[in-house]
Amino acid sequence: MNTTTAYAHRSRFFSIPTLETVAAWLLAIIWIFPLLYAFWAAFHPSEFMVNFALFAPLTLENFTNAWSQAPFARYYLNTFALVTGVVIGQFVVCTLAAFAFARFPIPGKNVLFMLVLIQLFVFPEVLIVENYRIASELGLINTITGIGLPYVASALGIFLLRQTFKTIPRELEDAARIEGCNWLEILWKVYVPLAKPTYLAYGLVSISHHWNNFIWPLVVTNSVESRPLTVGLGVFSAPETGVNWATVSAATLLSIAPLLIAFLLFQRQFVQSFLRAGIR
Amino acid sequence: MQLYGALLLLPAAVLLTTFAYLPTVTTVINSLFLPGFRGAPTEFVGLENYQVLFDDPTFWKVARNNLIYAVGTIPTSIALALGMALFVNGKLRGRGFVRMAYFTPTILPMIAAANIWMFFYAPQIGLFNKLLGMLGFSGVNWLGDPNLALSSVIVMSVWKEAGFFMIFYLAALQSMPPELKEAADLEGTSRWSFFWRVTFPLLMPTTLFVLINALINSVRVVDHLFILTKGGPNNATNLLLYYVYENAFSFFDRTTAATITVVILLVLAVVATLKFTILDRRTHYQ
Repeated sequence: MNTTTAYAHRSRFFSIPTLETVAAWLLAIIWIFPLLYAFWAAFHPSEFMVNFALFAPLTLENFTNAWSQAPFARYYLNTFALVTGVVIGQFVVCTLAAFAFARFPIPGKNVLFMLVLIQLFVFPEVLIVENYRIASELGLINTITGIGLPYVASALGIFLLRQTFKTIPRELEDAARIEGCNWLEILWKVYVPLAKPTYLAYGLVSISHHWNNFIWPLVVTNSVESRPLTVGLGVFSAPETGVNWATVSAATLLSIAPLLIAFLLFQRQFVQSFLRAGIR
Repeated sequence: MQLYGALLLLPAAVLLTTFAYLPTVTTVINSLFLPGFRGAPTEFVGLENYQVLFDDPTFWKVARNNLIYAVGTIPTSIALALGMALFVNGKLRGRGFVRMAYFTPTILPMIAAANIWMFFYAPQIGLFNKLLGMLGFSGVNWLGDPNLALSSVIVMSVWKEAGFFMIFYLAALQSMPPELKEAADLEGTSRWSFFWRVTFPLLMPTTLFVLINALINSVRVVDHLFILTKGGPNNATNLLLYYVYENAFSFFDRTTAATITVVILLVLAVVATLKFTILDRRTHYQ
């Protein structure tokens, strides 16, 4: 190691941080603190909730308590089924509609597209009362289909895929047609593969949204068989149930763990996806 | 061709009609009728339900709460988001961690976030009151005091939302041509005036975009109320959509619920008009 790098090395460690750096770090610590606190509370006996003894004994008991006091395994299963079903449904329905909007001559197409965009503002949860009535007429109350179905025709998905499809050169399509592909084959072999980044971005946004969605699932479910994690957690941790707090924080971490881990591993993809889905 | 196109649209059209258009129309219709007693036919009452709603002081309280909630959360989270983006965009040691810390609340479900903040706000065992106690102050009832409860809810919402808006500012900052900064440095422009004269105006489209999103969220997201306050104490933290939920599923008053829903739809219509007229004309992303 020569002297200049050694010097640079030293100055990196001994330089006084600027006011800005201090502010940025302070804000970051404040922002992450609630989550760190949830970890603290979940991994320590409940008498250490507000007692930050450095060598407080670690325990997994809160997690075993949470796991045994509420059917979290079932909730996990329900959430997995819900998220998988919604994303697959959205991919199929939105792909077809986006393809039609991007490439087919449909009378009044622009008006129809504007009508679709309304759903960017009028979400199923805003129309909660009427959607509940419709779901019960269709026999969808207390089913995972009932939670997911109102979200399957997603304006965001149709919009994003239409934008992507429109950028794909017509020549590729023509070439496929000369080789004898019909419409569906062209969609499947030309458009869908080229739109992969959009599917990834939209998929991640959709997974996060439906993993976290609460009010509509709460209304439309009423038993363990169909409740997703968020509703299960809401029922479990309602203050009036008097569940021990350390247990509640363990339950909270259990519910957020898969998404949180996925986020920490694929931060860049998550952030990019939110950006792609947001800037429209 | 046209037939194929129509067939491709069909699944989406059926679903959107069932879960968006039809419920919107029936909500508006329900707000104009009174339900009949014991199977009697419903009765058309015109705008009478709205008259009743507007005479209801609770409705005004809830509407006012929602306005305060919007005014309390939106400018604060936008300002914080912009600050975070500027921090993270600059040279900063541990930038990756700082950015992750800012963004992580976005990934959590609102319910989980509310659970965590409950540990802070709870009257006896909550962390905030324990800390106040250590400093010799008496505890504050963060969620039980009608004068304070809404502010407590607002603080939590800002924490949850700011990091999400940050990423849009960050993307906008990163796409800014570096020549601007170089030119400003040559001219000896101070960082302060560079921010206000150059950066901030250039970020205007992003600010408008974030503003629209924040407005929508302020009428749409009420999940945290289920854990934190249930709209209490005495409706001090009740918001419009939560009030709809209460009317429909606690008081079984579908008519009032429909009438309030129409009010929410009107607010969203204003936001949508704002987006399609102002924002789409002034942004040039693609």
